[in-house]
Amino acid sequence: MFKKVLVANRGEIAVRIIRALKEMGIKSVGIYSEADRTSRHLQLADETVCVGPALSAKSYLNVDRLMDAATTTGSDAVHPGYGYLAENDHFATACQRNHLVFIGPTPENIKLAGDKITAKAVMQREGVPVIPSSPGRVETVDDAVSVSENLGYPVMVKSAGGGGGRGIRICRDKHTLVEDFPVAKMEARAACGNDSVYIEKYIAQPRHIEFQIVSDHHGHTIHLGERECTIQRRYQKLIEEAPSPVITEALRNKMGDMAIRAAKAANYVNAGTVEFLLDKDNRFYFMEINSRIQVEHPVTEMVTGIDLVKSQIQISMGARLGYSFDDVRFRGCAIECRINAEDPDNGFMPSPGQVTRFMAPGGYGVRVDTHLYQGYELPIYYDSLVAKLITHDMTREGAISIMKRALEEMVIHPVKTTIPLYLKILGDPMFLKGDFDTGYIDRFVKEPED
Amino acid sequence: MNERDAKGSEIELRAPMSGVFYSKPAPDQPPYVEEGSQVKKKQVLALLETMKVFQKVKSPVNGVIKIIVAENETALADDDLMFVIEKR
Repeated sequence: MFKKVLVANRGEIAVRIIRALKEMGIKSVGIYSEADRTSRHLQLADETVCVGPALSAKSYLNVDRLMDAATTTGSDAVHPGYGYLAENDHFATACQRNHLVFIGPTPENIKLAGDKITAKAVMQREGVPVIPSSPGRVETVDDAVSVSENLGYPVMVKSAGGGGGRGIRICRDKHTLVEDFPVAKMEARAACGNDSVYIEKYIAQPRHIEFQIVSDHHGHTIHLGERECTIQRRYQKLIEEAPSPVITEALRNKMGDMAIRAAKAANYVNAGTVEFLLDKDNRFYFMEINSRIQVEHPVTEMVTGIDLVKSQIQISMGARLGYSFDDVRFRGCAIECRINAEDPDNGFMPSPGQVTRFMAPGGYGVRVDTHLYQGYELPIYYDSLVAKLITHDMTREGAISIMKRALEEMVIHPVKTTIPLYLKILGDPMFLKGDFDTGYIDRFVKEPED
Repeated sequence: MNERDAKGSEIELRAPMSGVFYSKPAPDQPPYVEEGSQVKKKQVLALLETMKVFQKVKSPVNGVIKIIVAENETALADDDLMFVIEKR
């Protein structure tokens, strides 16, 4: 049993993890940069350590400072949250070297998941359907053309080292490919430091469906159902739901089995997510593994009744999974809206400043995961996610109606947030029918010129 | 952008919101402008980063950069003075 865990993150996920630790009777160490002195998670942590100045590179990404903080506080383990160092295998290894348990997958899992080409090759070998692509890196324009002729246009040129949706170019024909290929390589280098690219067949109008998997250290791996994450802007998710309105029982079983096969192929332990693209003909393709707890984990928690953060901690302490897939009772539907401090009517310009009035919504079926409080000054150095609003009911229509009511009740003043955008989407007949693909958001947003 | 006439032909360009001021497009590149640089209306003078979003700081007028007040990689508050530009 851990006595003390250092939470190597900030914002709403730090609050989330500290809450789980408290409930388990484990002491928490909250860390902060100089810009985060007034952060909510520090009020909840048992101990706090300043790890550096405002810039993330010098604080939240500073492995040495974090290791110091963990060892001087006598922590047994570190929870990395999401983002920051959560998918950094050097950090996971540094924890091991300092005799700290890293609450998450192994460094090998993280390394494999982060190498997109190798991960796909492993999956393909195991019979997991993958998006048809080049066999590996594509070096020259001539290779790009011949690969693309085999795959059939349109194709996508993607960065081999960088996820997060950057360095992606869609090429609809040979002419565009020849022009764009060298540019794509430059963009890849800017995004992740090396210009390795590969080419995939472009799946038109896809849906983004991901499966939550959980594995213990005793060989048990299960999935906890899918999340629908198709509503995105610039590859950043805005609204997520569980279950997906278009996944049938049969498709769930097929995709879920593939997600487990993917996890086993990677010898994956702890919590993770297997992402797929689903095309219009209900064919699905492995996209990538995310080797971390995800922002949208609450929708899975609401429909399964399983606390994923606690599961992560328990697994890291050596516990066996206390349930099989057949034990899991999927109940109802959950939706999450990511509330960002951005103005959707003004090109999603960030909206910093002090939150002088904050009222969280409440009532049946409402969950709010946030670090906001009235009087909080939003720091300028970190991302704009200020709250996650999650609702749950026995039907999708019910969860939507609770979400509308909760969004209207929520007060975050005077900063601008994406709440008005979500109210529009939730009133849209296409959304209500569950009829959308990754291009859906274009109907609601006008992109700024910049 | 917030502009004010300082003295007649001078414009004060102020931060439209709090953020981190960058005088260069990238750490290893030269600054967008120097004191004395001639600039055109809408020319990019700097970047302002707020919550991981970068916006371009553009000149509101044709003119010359008289003073660069803001320092590279420092945090600015809403309405802090960034540039004084002489209209030409």
